[in-house]
Amino acid sequence: MISPAHYVALAVVLFVIGGVGVLIRRNALVVFMSVELMLNAVNLSFIAFARMHGHLDGQVIAFFVMVVAAAEVVVGLAILTSIFRARKSASVDDANLLKN
Amino acid sequence: MTFTSAEVTLPAVGAAHAAWLLLAFPSAGAVILLLGGKRTNAWGHLLGVTMSLASFVYGVVLFAQMLGERGAGRSRDDHVFTWVPGIGRFHVPIGLQIDQLSICFVLLITGVGSLILIYAVGYMAKDPDRRRFFGYMNLFIAAMLLLVTGDNYVALYIGWEGVGLASYLLIGFWYFNPAPPVAAKKAFVANRVGDAGLTLAIFLMFAQFGSVSFGGVFSQVHSARPGTVTALGLLLLLGACGKSAQLPLQSWLLDAMEGPTPVSALIHAATMVTAGVYLIVRSAPIFNLSSDARLVVTIVGAATLLFGALIGCAKDDIKKALAGSTMSQIGYMMLAAGLGPVGYALAIAHLLSHGFFKAGLFMGAGAVKHEMNDEVDMRRFGGLATVMKITFVTFSFGYLAIIGVPPFSGFFTKDPIIDAAFAKGGTSGALLGTAAMIGAGITAFYMTRVMFMTFTGRRRWEDGSHPHEAPPVMTSPMVILAIGSLCAGGFLMLSNRLINFMAPVVGTPPLSHGFFAPISDITLAVVVAGAAIGWAMYGRREVPVTAPRGSFATVAARKDLYGDAFNESVLMRPGQWLTRLSVFFDNRGVDGLVNSVAAALGGSSGRLRRFQTGFVRSYALFMLAGAALVVGALLLVRL
Repeated sequence: MISPAHYVALAVVLFVIGGVGVLIRRNALVVFMSVELMLNAVNLSFIAFARMHGHLDGQVIAFFVMVVAAAEVVVGLAILTSIFRARKSASVDDANLLKN
Repeated sequence: MTFTSAEVTLPAVGAAHAAWLLLAFPSAGAVILLLGGKRTNAWGHLLGVTMSLASFVYGVVLFAQMLGERGAGRSRDDHVFTWVPGIGRFHVPIGLQIDQLSICFVLLITGVGSLILIYAVGYMAKDPDRRRFFGYMNLFIAAMLLLVTGDNYVALYIGWEGVGLASYLLIGFWYFNPAPPVAAKKAFVANRVGDAGLTLAIFLMFAQFGSVSFGGVFSQVHSARPGTVTALGLLLLLGACGKSAQLPLQSWLLDAMEGPTPVSALIHAATMVTAGVYLIVRSAPIFNLSSDARLVVTIVGAATLLFGALIGCAKDDIKKALAGSTMSQIGYMMLAAGLGPVGYALAIAHLLSHGFFKAGLFMGAGAVKHEMNDEVDMRRFGGLATVMKITFVTFSFGYLAIIGVPPFSGFFTKDPIIDAAFAKGGTSGALLGTAAMIGAGITAFYMTRVMFMTFTGRRRWEDGSHPHEAPPVMTSPMVILAIGSLCAGGFLMLSNRLINFMAPVVGTPPLSHGFFAPISDITLAVVVAGAAIGWAMYGRREVPVTAPRGSFATVAARKDLYGDAFNESVLMRPGQWLTRLSVFFDNRGVDGLVNSVAAALGGSSGRLRRFQTGFVRSYALFMLAGAALVVGALLLVRL
């Protein structure tokens, strides 16, 4: 029998992988994917808890998160492509115009 | 409105009920000429003269009506409008007071003013700005009339500032030359100092008596503390010193001669500069109560009469020599006014006769200047008596009047002042009288010098000078003023005519010693001696074209007895140091505080900026750390 603790553990593992990915990877696309991973880890815990309590609230919020994530990807990828066109690089470390 | 004071003033009737017409004529002239622009160029001067003459005629009507009245009926107050309807205790109704004192001034201002405007038609004939000149002159006449007819100190103050403005505009009339604007500014600044005194006096009156009208102030001044009355007197004297070019505010008058000569004649000799004397005589109830203030007035008058006379002795510029003499003659008036009820009427008498002969002298000087290609250096004149006969004769009348030869005006109006100064008694009386008598001697000397240097001796003219007599439009006013110089003094003073006329306003008539009393004889001897020295030095001897170096005293007098140097070292330099000090304090103190706060904020912000690395990943790390911190804190609180 799979208990909620397993879901939470999986969510934590996914979140940590995503977080480490955001922090250490330079490629903006990979950073994006890592962010998606973190968001989905959170979604997983939302749904797990929703099932546990028998409420729909968590599932509704999970949908919201997915919608927001989709919108974010649209905007983010658009920015990313224009930066890549301008700088021939997708590295997040190269985009440091706001330094100081 | 009826006042209960030493002077009873009744509501206006008849012509006095429209006393505002007096001011309306010249005001209308000024407005039309100054706003009308070039369209009025062709007939502007005629309008200016007409308006001034209309005002004079109206003044004569008022005077005739006044003579028909008896007693209190001679002093009429015409309420024109309520300027400040009563804010708290502050209530200023503007009215025109036509009484024995103001009518003298009205007739002098409009009468002599009209003559000078007629003269100016000729004098300014070739000036492209003649219309502007007449506009300013009308403005001056209107302001001066308001000054002398206003029934309260606020109205007087408006006129006071108005004549100051007109004086400024007219001194700087030829603003395209370098000297006139500087002189105009100097006059304006020196007058400001005096005006501050008058302003403070008005403030003090309101604070003490809750009124600024003559009647309101004079009826309560008896109940004021003696210190307050003295302060009031001294503040009024400061105002008078500024306007009348008395020590220590005398320095502007000599420079004011940069203005056109009719201006020098009307404003800086006959009328405006006597406003200070008017102020003191009008404020007689205040000065009557403070012998200290009166003593200061006499000292200022005596010092200035000697000061001005000494300057007059050394100036080669004919207008500046006459300006020194104006200063000196107003000193006599101040001295007389400071003597109290004995002298008020004498001051006004000398003021009126001075108005005639000094205006005549200036017109003569202007005519000479006009014919000599604007030359004013008397060392370049000489021998003009034969080519400018009318000018010579009229100027001589003015000359005899100012030095006080009987039966000319000055004798009848100056000698009683010297007499009254001696009659004051005590050490101060003796000193003041002696000063006035010596002043009369010096006056005779420098006026004789002016006469001989200008009209007799070798012709020391510049090449290209072809002087001939001035046109009739200029000489006829000079002739009228010369007749005034001959007759005015005797007319006013014989059988105490003016003194009795003025008595209701300025108090009891003085004890008359009669003319040709011992003091009068001594004065006459001093005058003859002064004139004789003048003849010996400038009539008998040849006058050199270039001025000799001269003694220490001559050099000092040429430099206005170091009046400017005094102002510069005592007022201007410390003032500049004060401004420098405050600029330093402002830069280092006030700005320093503000700037150091800004610099501290900027510096710390610069250090904080280092944290902005520009790396997205480090921002993400900070966010993670922050989030971990928040979660940790939440857990800690929960547990």
